Amino acid sequence: MIGRKALVAATGVVMLLFVLAHSFGALSVFTGPNGINAYAQALQNLGPLLLAFRAVMVFVLILHVTFAIMVTATNWKAKPDRYAVRRTRVATFAGETMLWSGLLLLAFIVCHILQFTLHATPDVVIRIDAQGRLDVFAMMRESLRLAPVSIAYLIAMSALFLHLFHGIQSVSQTIGLLNEKTKPMFQIAGITLSTLLLLGYGTIPLMILAGMGVFGK
Amino acid sequence: MRPRKQAAPFERRNMTLKLIVWRQKNPDEKGQFETYTARNITPDHSFLEMLDVVNEELIREGKNPIAFDHDCREGICGMCSMVVNGIAHGGHERTTVCQLHMRKFKNGDTIYIEPWRARAFPILFDLVTDRSALDKIIEAGGYISCHTGGVPDGNDILISKTAGDYAMDAAQCIGCGACVAACPNGAAMLFTGAKVSHFAALPQGQVEAPERVAAMVKAMQECGFGNCSNHYECEAVCPKGIHTKFISRMNREFLKALFKENTGTFTPSEK
Amino acid sequence: MIIDGKAPTGPIETSWDRCRSSLKLVNPANKRKYRILVVGTGLAGASAAASLGELGYNVEVFCYQDSPRRAHCIAAQGGINAAKNYPNDGDSVFRLFYDTIKGGDFRAREADVWRLAQVSNSIIDQCVAQGVPFARDYAGYLDNRSFGGAQVSRTFYARGQTGQQLLMGAYSALMRQVRAGTVKVFPRTEMLDLIVVNGEAKGITLRDLLTGEVRAHTGDAVLLCTGGYVNVFHLSTNAMGCNVTAIWKAYKKGAYFANPCYTQIHPTCVPQTGEYQSKLTLMSESLRNDGRCWVPLKQEDKDKAPEKIHETERDYFLERKYPGYGNLAPRDIASRAAKEVCDDNRGVGPAGRGVYLDFKDAIQRLGENVLRDRFGNLFEMYERITDENPYKTPMRIYPAPHYSMGGLWVDYNLMSNIPGLFVLGEANFSVHGANRLGASALMQGLADGYFIIPYTIADYLAHTKPTSVTPEHQECVKSVMEVKASLRRLLSVNGRRTVTEFRRELGMLMWHSAGMLRSNKSLSETLATIPKIREEFWQNVKISGSETGLNQQLENAGRVADFMEFAELLCVDALHRDESCGGHFRVEHQYEDGEARRNDAQFCYSAAWEHKGPGTEPELHQEPLRFTSVHLAVRSYK
Repeated sequence: MIGRKALVAATGVVMLLFVLAHSFGALSVFTGPNGINAYAQALQNLGPLLLAFRAVMVFVLILHVTFAIMVTATNWKAKPDRYAVRRTRVATFAGETMLWSGLLLLAFIVCHILQFTLHATPDVVIRIDAQGRLDVFAMMRESLRLAPVSIAYLIAMSALFLHLFHGIQSVSQTIGLLNEKTKPMFQIAGITLSTLLLLGYGTIPLMILAGMGVFGK
Repeated sequence: MRPRKQAAPFERRNMTLKLIVWRQKNPDEKGQFETYTARNITPDHSFLEMLDVVNEELIREGKNPIAFDHDCREGICGMCSMVVNGIAHGGHERTTVCQLHMRKFKNGDTIYIEPWRARAFPILFDLVTDRSALDKIIEAGGYISCHTGGVPDGNDILISKTAGDYAMDAAQCIGCGACVAACPNGAAMLFTGAKVSHFAALPQGQVEAPERVAAMVKAMQECGFGNCSNHYECEAVCPKGIHTKFISRMNREFLKALFKENTGTFTPSEK
Repeated sequence: MIIDGKAPTGPIETSWDRCRSSLKLVNPANKRKYRILVVGTGLAGASAAASLGELGYNVEVFCYQDSPRRAHCIAAQGGINAAKNYPNDGDSVFRLFYDTIKGGDFRAREADVWRLAQVSNSIIDQCVAQGVPFARDYAGYLDNRSFGGAQVSRTFYARGQTGQQLLMGAYSALMRQVRAGTVKVFPRTEMLDLIVVNGEAKGITLRDLLTGEVRAHTGDAVLLCTGGYVNVFHLSTNAMGCNVTAIWKAYKKGAYFANPCYTQIHPTCVPQTGEYQSKLTLMSESLRNDGRCWVPLKQEDKDKAPEKIHETERDYFLERKYPGYGNLAPRDIASRAAKEVCDDNRGVGPAGRGVYLDFKDAIQRLGENVLRDRFGNLFEMYERITDENPYKTPMRIYPAPHYSMGGLWVDYNLMSNIPGLFVLGEANFSVHGANRLGASALMQGLADGYFIIPYTIADYLAHTKPTSVTPEHQECVKSVMEVKASLRRLLSVNGRRTVTEFRRELGMLMWHSAGMLRSNKSLSETLATIPKIREEFWQNVKISGSETGLNQQLENAGRVADFMEFAELLCVDALHRDESCGGHFRVEHQYEDGEARRNDAQFCYSAAWEHKGPGTEPELHQEPLRFTSVHLAVRSYK
């Protein structure tokens, strides 16, 4: 039972690293079309390597979700009856809603891939920029300019925030690094990282929606 | 400071409370809540003494008193076990319910009293639950396999004060099961983690550390306990204030054992 | 009649070793053919069951709690003695032996006490190996402290939870044997009868407390490790479930009950706050190292706030009466002094049952932090119970019964006069004489279980063929029927008073007349009153519920019924022992300073009582006590 949980933690860490790296890529949108289009092109140029990487990430995701659901199922089975008076003393909202924030994120990831990787959603605008590259900048701007899409992104990013808020310090506990000295450190790390990611990712749809900065042109 | 008490006869500052108590006749029956009134309760009554008063009245009326587990009534045997208003042991810091006093309540309060709830702790009767699953976990490996006699002199094993204190912090567990009761997943991680950490911190316990943690975690699973979601509710209700760092320690010991098993440096025994 | 404890003679230093080498052994292949029933899972029971299981015997263990880890040994705070002499302060096996004999006021069997002192060292080694986290110094060595007025530091401790940690050690050893398949544990069962076949103990009859089923278990030997009986008094420090039932049933089947009048009162307990109170909580005696006991000089001051009572208006009664020892006077002396001032109507707190234990001077001298280090957990516990902060206002304390030195009579091999019935720990009478020293109870429980019974039981079993007695045997069937009948009798009374009321009535009577102070008059009167209470009990007790399923009232009723009979024996013994010794204080026999006056010429023996049937006086058997290694001396704490 600890093994499964550790697997969830380890895959979580891998995805956290991905999310961090991905955020740098996504944030390059603020440098205008040249920045992000070049970045996208560079990735495409990796060819089979990129495909392999994507396959690994999908595998990691599947592992994470499967084991998290298995763990949760055991938990539900272990606590069939609830108390008439339900009170908690220290549990956080983020911690108690891990499954729901996780499922929300899963749905988001599917949509996000359909949208910006497979270009299978109707809102996606495919253009080629002046240098003959895929115009990712335009694609993002055109999609996120639609309020429902933007709001969905903001909701998903809030879910990510909650998931990581609990997840990061939780990982340290699950893999056995936590004690009274490291606990506050990991908690601060969790709060800081999740907040930074929320701010980073959250600004993109907000700025696009508001038509500010590079998106104002 | 509160005013001194008056001498003989015993002071009476009575409270009347409404109790909503879980009653269940056997493990298979579906239980239900019953409402009772507790009268003539003073702030100096312990919670269990308050229940004694209610029970005396029920007996006089020819009704079945509320059954609950209790023994030492000084907070160390770990027998008493009830959830008061949604919190295991009633929510006063580092206190078992037998040491919870009625001065923590106000006249006219409504108090919900429920048994521990978890799949691994079937309800036997009213507030009495079957916690033998905790014994099963200890049985699986919560010991150092030394024989009676034939051990070295006590001072042949030097143990640093830090390690000794750490082991003692973990060993304080009274096995009441409040951690399981409070855990939204019905997990026994704090209980098991404390025992694993207690022995893992001591040189004489390290020899068997991998076998121990593997066996105890397996037993935990077989008994139907849940997993840890790192909410730390267990630590918050633990009457001995056992720290959740011991769960972390157990996780580490478990992963170490898993690594050792997969690299062939230890083989789990078939005890 | 004169009975023989079969203690080895000759030089005491080698008595146990000589005995051990002459005891018979059981062939390893034969051990599994023997079944041993162990009742009680405290230090004695758990350690015995674990050790015997490890040797290869088939062991069955019974306890009334939901787990073998809950026995009341768990509440012992102070520590465990051993003659290790680690601090190099002159301790030795002889000194521990001598202190125990002298502390027991020369009323224990010499050879038994020597053996206890001798094996004390092995206990510490065993517990360390089991992972008991004893206190350590910074170099990693075991730490010791001086305890209960001892002149050497021989007490090992694990914070304020030594009993708990030792019990966890024994419990873990027990669970290891459960895993190995040699021991089977039956929690939530209560022994209600001893089965004797052809004069030998062959089984027990028990009630399954969950289902209500009454059934017999048979075996080749029965070990009673069921603790003490001070719950016969109202408000002892024992757990709610502690009872005399197991040893009382054995007594009624012919086992001798020795020295029931030897009970110990502990001076530092949290006082009672109301009539509803169910028990008292003991606080470590070490509090008296730094606290000063006092009461107001004038009766009218007793309701005043303590800080409003001027120094000159206070009576530091222990310092006044015992200038040599002051607040560290022995348990019994301090307890009696406290009762005396309260009887003088100067007691403080609710109902005037309490004296102050004041830490003001210690706080001024050492600072609050030092005190917090020493007593933090005790002060916390006190505040939790009383809602008063001992750093700011003096504690209130009052004595309460907490240990019984008497118990079933056993010979040197811990076997009672019924062959096959062994009695271990507090349940027997063997080593503490008339008074027990601090940190000695834990030592005895583990000595009996780990290091004595594994040897001595073999000597009995080697002489016995594995039993053919099964639960279908007529003695078993008869016993089960009798137990069922008495349970039904209890349920059929259907009177008006609850079990708790009777328990309180008996307990109050015992506490006031046979508690701390006893006199010919108080004991005779009590002996006249007990049968009346008992009679009313059987006519007017009210128990709701049925005999099947969990019925906690029925459990309690059975225990109280036995206490009602036992109380009489305690008084008979106390009345017959026309001397004061240790915890048995007869007001007629005291020195001018209030110290107990022994009568060695007449009473230097253990009194073992034999049951002669209901309504008949028990018969007294004497086991004379011979002292070859020590001289009888008078305790003096002036």
